[in-house]
Amino acid sequence: MATPIGSETPAKSAGESLALSRAGGDLLVLAHIYTATFVLGIGALFGVLQGFSRANMIVMPPWFDYYRMLTAHGVLMALVFTTFFITGLFTYAVYHSIPRDRSPRLGWIGYCVMLAGTAMAAVAILDGSASVLYTFYAPLKASPLFYFGATFLVVGTWFVAADLFLNVAWFKRMAPAERIPLPAFMATCTMIMWIIATLGVVAEMGLLIPWSLGWTSGIDVGLTRMFFWYFGHPLVYFWIMGAYTIWYAVVPTTYKGTVFSDGLTRLAFIMLLLLSTPVGLHHQYLDPGIGAGWKWLHTMITYGVVVPSFMTAFAIFASFEFAARNAGVRGFANIVRWLPWKNPVFAGPALGMILFIFGGFGGIVNNSYSMDVLVHNTMWIVGHFHITVGGPVALTFIGASYGLIPALSGRKLFAPKLALVQVYTWFVGMAIMSTAMHWAGLLGSPRRTSDVSYFGMHGAATWHNEMLWAALGGAIIAVSVVMFIVVATGTWLANQPAEEKPQFAFAPAAAGDDASSTPPVLDRLGRWGLLAIALALLAYAGPVAQQLQAHAYLAPGMRTW
Amino acid sequence: MHVHRQERLWLTAGLAMLVLFAAVITTSALVDGFVPPSRIQSIDPTRVSQTPPFDHPGLRKIADGAYEAYYVARIFSFSPTEIRVPAGSRVTFYVTSADVEHGFSIPETGVNTMVTPGWVSSVSHTFKQRGTFLLVCNEYCGGGHQMMAAKVTVE
Repeated sequence: MATPIGSETPAKSAGESLALSRAGGDLLVLAHIYTATFVLGIGALFGVLQGFSRANMIVMPPWFDYYRMLTAHGVLMALVFTTFFITGLFTYAVYHSIPRDRSPRLGWIGYCVMLAGTAMAAVAILDGSASVLYTFYAPLKASPLFYFGATFLVVGTWFVAADLFLNVAWFKRMAPAERIPLPAFMATCTMIMWIIATLGVVAEMGLLIPWSLGWTSGIDVGLTRMFFWYFGHPLVYFWIMGAYTIWYAVVPTTYKGTVFSDGLTRLAFIMLLLLSTPVGLHHQYLDPGIGAGWKWLHTMITYGVVVPSFMTAFAIFASFEFAARNAGVRGFANIVRWLPWKNPVFAGPALGMILFIFGGFGGIVNNSYSMDVLVHNTMWIVGHFHITVGGPVALTFIGASYGLIPALSGRKLFAPKLALVQVYTWFVGMAIMSTAMHWAGLLGSPRRTSDVSYFGMHGAATWHNEMLWAALGGAIIAVSVVMFIVVATGTWLANQPAEEKPQFAFAPAAAGDDASSTPPVLDRLGRWGLLAIALALLAYAGPVAQQLQAHAYLAPGMRTW
Repeated sequence: MHVHRQERLWLTAGLAMLVLFAAVITTSALVDGFVPPSRIQSIDPTRVSQTPPFDHPGLRKIADGAYEAYYVARIFSFSPTEIRVPAGSRVTFYVTSADVEHGFSIPETGVNTMVTPGWVSSVSHTFKQRGTFLLVCNEYCGGGHQMMAAKVTVE
């Protein structure tokens, strides 16, 4: 296993020590994947209670109210589950494609810092001192523990990134003429984007932490919002690039296929690196204090970031078709039937792709400046991110977990049929829930509200019906999550050694479109990173200057829950 | 690295679509002035109740069929709690917050804006249909957020 894409590998002769070092890395990745799995389980429990609560089927007790639960759900799902899975996946991608006698110590430090941060934030949320939702908009003032926890979670990922960068740098030193192996390239490109993006949230923490400690008396609300969304949108692309890594390079292994084109894959990732950050204002279209011209600029750049997704859509379907034709299968319906729908490692991501088509449509609507006015802060937005991060991203990560856990642990997947049922159940539940949420949003139902009855006034009744459907979808997803936990933990506890060590491999690129034809300039990730920083500065210097110039007022902090 | 002919067609079609969308958005902004609420006017959030015109929130008639409505959002209510305007009126809302982040939305109309402490938000709408409209806070503002609403009655 583990022959990197390309011909010679610098560490081919490393032998036994290599196998040992890889085993150490395997445990590290396994820790990431299982942490993500348990966080998903807890997050889903809060999710389904929320669905029932909003449909007025249950009432949350005062000691664990709706908004505390909503904060826990958002933080665990959007920030913790995704981050642990992605950093684990990328550690695997780099360790697997760059065989090297290495110590995973830096990676373990990163993991522990992330875990400590998660624990701190979890304590703050559960004890009720941080019901500020996952966007923690000031001047809602959480306890310092919450902000420290979030900072630790982010800084932990920087250690993981440093570990990966050091490995890639070592590879470039050992084999300067070689292309970075594709999985390592995708991991590095994404982590560079992630570091640029998280600088924004760490800058925000630089304002929030002294303020929450009482060292400063007021906070610039507009500025913290801008810092948050500078980070908040690339966060979305962090999830998507994690999922794309699996779509491009792992999914083809389930049908003995190839990566459609090495060069175009790298190009798509570089476009995502460049364009993910200078777009955050599209979350702030309705904010005062930001000129319409800057909002327009971010709208235009957001249209640009659709292009690498178009490229990805083409590459995925082309990879399906090439492999099918090689196997002698022709015709659309035959190709669809030929694909391995009974393998959860394929079915999870593939069902996610179907949902993502609708997620993409919704995204273009949201970006469209004037249309966004109709759906901003309605349930439509909640539907949108459930059919993107809750659908394609989560299904892809779950599907990949069914491949990763056996490969890393050397154990047989527990109840593989249950795993298969699980991904389809999730798909159905998410389709129902997200459709209901989109629809409720079009009817005007606001998001982030425990109850939409509004004294029985006009409109509220139609919103309620949609919430019943959303609760049904949520219940189906909850059942699906239980199945996932059973399979994931069952694989560990049953401890059935696989006859043949299961593989979680990365597909090679198609002949003629492999790394040898990729322009070397695409591998200059340091320079692409600098260009990404320059673009982010260009897109944000104006709006930040505008805020600072027009605004001299600070708001005192408040605990309104 | 070569780009297959089909991919070139696909990307050209995709780009053309995006350019069309961008052109529609840009044209409607430049020609019809159809842009999201983006007022740039700051206000001291700790002195809202002493700052005119927010010291006396409410409806002001500017001309026949033209009104200005000044709102203060504060946990967990809007002031004024209800306004009445004749059908066909164009109302320009000015809203600010005396405490935390709020939302200001009248579902089924295009009225929707964030209300940020330190800033004044503004949005206009012509109410053609008669009836009582619900005005809700659509950004989480604390434990009583779900109760934060007001009425706009069009007579």
